[in-house]
Order: sequence, then C-alpha cells, then structure tokens
Amino acid sequence: MDVILNFISENIVMIYILVLAIFLGMEVISNVPAVLHTPLMSGANAVSGVVIIGAIWLIRNAEPDNYFVLIIGFFGIAMATINVIGGFAVTNRMLEMFKKKKKN
Amino acid sequence: MENPTLDFLYLIAIVLFIVGLKGLSHPESARRGNLLAAAGMILGIIITLFYPFGNTPNNYGWIAAGAAVGGIIGYLAAIKVKMTKMPEMVSIFNGFGGACTMLIAITEFKTLPPGTEFMSGQVLTIIFSLFIGSVAFSGSFVAFGKLDGFLRDSIKLPAPQLFNGILLLGIIVISGYIMSMDELNYTYVLILLLLSILYGITFVLPIGGGDMPVVISLLNSFTGLGAAGAGLIYGNQVMIVGGILVGASGTFLTILMCEAMNRSLINVIIGGLGATTLSGDSSREKVYREATHGDTAILLKYSQKVMIVPGYGLAVAQAQHACQDLESMLEKEGVQVYYGIHPVAGRMPGHMNVLLAEADVPYEKLLEMDDSNGELPTTDVVLVIGANDVVNPAAKEDEGSPIYGMPIIDVEMAKNVIVMKRSMRTGYAGIDNPLFYGEKTKMLFGDAKDSLNKLKAEITNA
Repeated sequence: MDVILNFISENIVMIYILVLAIFLGMEVISNVPAVLHTPLMSGANAVSGVVIIGAIWLIRNAEPDNYFVLIIGFFGIAMATINVIGGFAVTNRMLEMFKKKKKN
Repeated sequence: MENPTLDFLYLIAIVLFIVGLKGLSHPESARRGNLLAAAGMILGIIITLFYPFGNTPNNYGWIAAGAAVGGIIGYLAAIKVKMTKMPEMVSIFNGFGGACTMLIAITEFKTLPPGTEFMSGQVLTIIFSLFIGSVAFSGSFVAFGKLDGFLRDSIKLPAPQLFNGILLLGIIVISGYIMSMDELNYTYVLILLLLSILYGITFVLPIGGGDMPVVISLLNSFTGLGAAGAGLIYGNQVMIVGGILVGASGTFLTILMCEAMNRSLINVIIGGLGATTLSGDSSREKVYREATHGDTAILLKYSQKVMIVPGYGLAVAQAQHACQDLESMLEKEGVQVYYGIHPVAGRMPGHMNVLLAEADVPYEKLLEMDDSNGELPTTDVVLVIGANDVVNPAAKEDEGSPIYGMPIIDVEMAKNVIVMKRSMRTGYAGIDNPLFYGEKTKMLFGDAKDSLNKLKAEITNA
C-alpha cells in the first residue's frame, strides 16, 4: 500500500494531467461525423507516434559503447518515425482529396 | 536539468495536439488540424533533441540514422499506398508505434540502476508499457494480415476466450513475480515480452475480418496508452498528454464505430460476426433473376433518378473512376444521379467518401444514409455496386441474423434494384443476403469495372 501511496504523491501532478487528458480526449472528438472516421483514426494514429520522444531520450542518454540500447533505440526511432511521418502524410493525402472535391 | 523556456515550448506542442485533433473532427478544419498536430509533433521532437539533460553522450548519429530510415519508409509508404488499402496502412503504422513502446520498455528494464526497488510505481509503469506496446504491435500485424487476406477467419483457436483468460492471468502472475524480485532476472522480462506478444495475436485472431476496422481503432488507442505509459517513465508531459489524448479519443471512436453497426464493443471482441452460426432463415425463396448489360443500360438511360450504392467491391475492382464516368454519362442524358453512402461502406467508416473523392465525385452527390433512404421512394433504379451487408434487409427482418438491428440503406424502397456482384457469394460478414432474391432485384454478374465499362458502351449505343 505504501508503495502505491508514495508513487501517487510523488507523481501527483502527472496523475492530474493524465486524468484531465482522458476527459479532454473524449471531448475533443465528440462530434465527429462518420465521413471523418478514417482520417481521424489515421491522424490520431500519427499522434500516438509521440513515443518517438521516449526513443530520442533513450539514445541521448545511452553510453556510446552500450550497443544494446543504441541498436534497440535505433529501431525504436525508425519505427516511430514511420508511424509519425507515414501517419501524417497519409492523413494529409486523404484530406486533400476532400478539398479537391469541394472546389468542383 | 530544468529549462523553463523549453518546458513552456513543450506546452505549446501539447496545445497543438489538442487543437489539431479538434480540427480533425470537423470537415472544414480537418486538413489544418492534421497539419497543426504534425507541427506539434515536430516541435516536441526538436525540443527533445536539444533539451539540456546535462552532460549526455547524445549519440546524434544514431538518432539521425534511425529517423532517416523510418522517414523514407514512412513517406514512401504514405504517398504510394492505394486509397483502398488505407485500413491496412493504418494498422501497419500503428504496429510500428506499438513496437517502439515495447522496445523502450525492454531497454528501460536493462538500464534500471542497481538497487532499484522493484515493488514500485516506476517498475509497474514499465511493465504496463511493455505489455500494452507488445499487444498493439502483434495485434496490429494480425489485423493487417486479416485485412490483407493472408490470415483467414477460418484459423481458429479452440476456446479462444478461455485461452486468452488464462494467458492474461499468466501475464499478471509474471508481472507480480518481477515486482517481487530483489534483483532483476532478465529471463522473466523476456517471458513477459513473449506472453504479451502472444496475447496480442490471440486477442485479435478470433475476431472476424469484418470487424478489423474497430479492432484497429482499439489497438490505436492501446498505442496511445503505451506512449502515455512511456511518458510516465520519463516524466514527459508531451508523451503523457499526447498518448492519453489518442487513448481516450481512440476508445471513444471505437465505441462510435460499434454504434454505427449497432453492436457493442464486447460483442465485437468476443467475435459476434463470423463466429456465430448463421441462421439464414429468410422467408424468401432463394431464386434470383439475372440482368444483362443491355437491359440495365436501357433501364438506366430512361430513368429519372438513379442512386448508386457503392461498397468495398467497387474499391477492390478499382472501379470508382469508371463509376464516375457512368454517372456523368447518365447526367448528360438528363438522369439525376446520387450516391447513397452507408457510414460503414468500404472497410472503414468514411472509407467510401475518401475513395469517391479520389475519383472526383462532387460532394453534393454523396448522400448520407438517412438522406438516401429519404430519396429512395422516388428513385427509379438503385445500382448496388460491390456492396452487400450495408443493403442487407436481414438487418431489419431476420432477428436471428448477426447484423440484426444494423441500420441499412433500404434499397427495396426504390422501383428497381440492380445488384452488381461477382458471384452469389456472401459479403464480408459472411451472411446470406435476402435482397438478392427480392422481387425488385436483378443480379448483374461480373467484375465491377468490366461491368461499368460495358454499361457505358451500351448506353452510348442505345
């Protein structure tokens, strides 16, 4: 029990942020029309690539001869970058088509 | 270690994520929303690259190499992928995001300083990230396999729910054991990793292929939660807020998608579609009538109002452009043409809108389901192209049907129905469609693109 209480009191600000973000996340997309489900899913998927920040942190703090961390970090960054760049680019491509259509 | 300016810039990145997602949920602002979210991501990455952690080795070469490899692959995939393959693409991207979380958690175990207390929130967070990242990773790739068709629904585990229950229990036991250790035994971390990856596979495998979009949306929210977990490890607010935003909005979107099919999330996960035995009890006699291209062309040409109801079959045949051609030919003949778009037409909600937009179909011609049903009583001909489940009357008349209660485009309200289809095979949900045996229905067999081109030729000659 003590362990849990300690963790909560040490991270109380983070936990506040976390709980508020849950409500924000649901609120932000509450009125999305079905037309946008696919682009929204793809855009949100790109945002989840934010884990790349963790991978950067990991590599920056690794000893230059710690190849275990460096190699894993390399793959982590590569895969997260695919998620981020690919996700935003493909979402943009989809949404551009909607724009083109409206002009006609 | 602390830098107020950079910490403040992190806050701006968070705000950009929020405004971006908000923008993405409205048609007028969607594109700007996506770009704002991307700007938030770039800002977050740049800050992290140069944040003064102290005297760190930095290893920028490794970072640049990873980003270059991933950036090129991601960009090429995004510009090359066919719009019909969008669900597959999203599931792969999501799998990679999950894999990154998984890798971070693995290394975090390795780099825990000696003497770390294992019964701690920190270790629990790492375990959580490892589990959720692995599930998102392996689950997304199974979902991809199912969408792509190389993993068939017929691959079944005996008693999958029991198996998954036991597996989940095993994962909890191993996690508890790791936390009770005085000194880290890495073997148990690897066992946890393997069990988590296995769970991702067996979690998705029993779910029917037709439900994969829902599953991808759910796994997407898992990846978000994993990123938030990794954010807790590093105490990084951008990761926490970004991850939770995706986690919460993804869960919400998953529920919205289930509602569009009138099903519950639990029902989807337990494998309602495809897993149930099909009743197929329809009062209708199973006799269908076949149409020829010539008849259909004349019928279309001398109609007042025609509605096209497209489905995934149209996309598979790459027939959206041929469809648009036919539409403009008919318009020249003075026929009013509309498209009736079911919210889950295609393989993902909203997928069909993207595909038709690609073929330059004007926005005003796309009617949503309720508007379509309003127009149908005054419509002369409905052309169902490669759609099946979304026009299946079993959804309203057969209580035993797995799709009972799903709102449909009720094409039988129109005077004539022409169903363009390759064969009498069932749709993605694997359910027989009584529409095909209806009094107003005629079947026009063949590949959608071929058939549309033949129709175009016949209309010119007629």
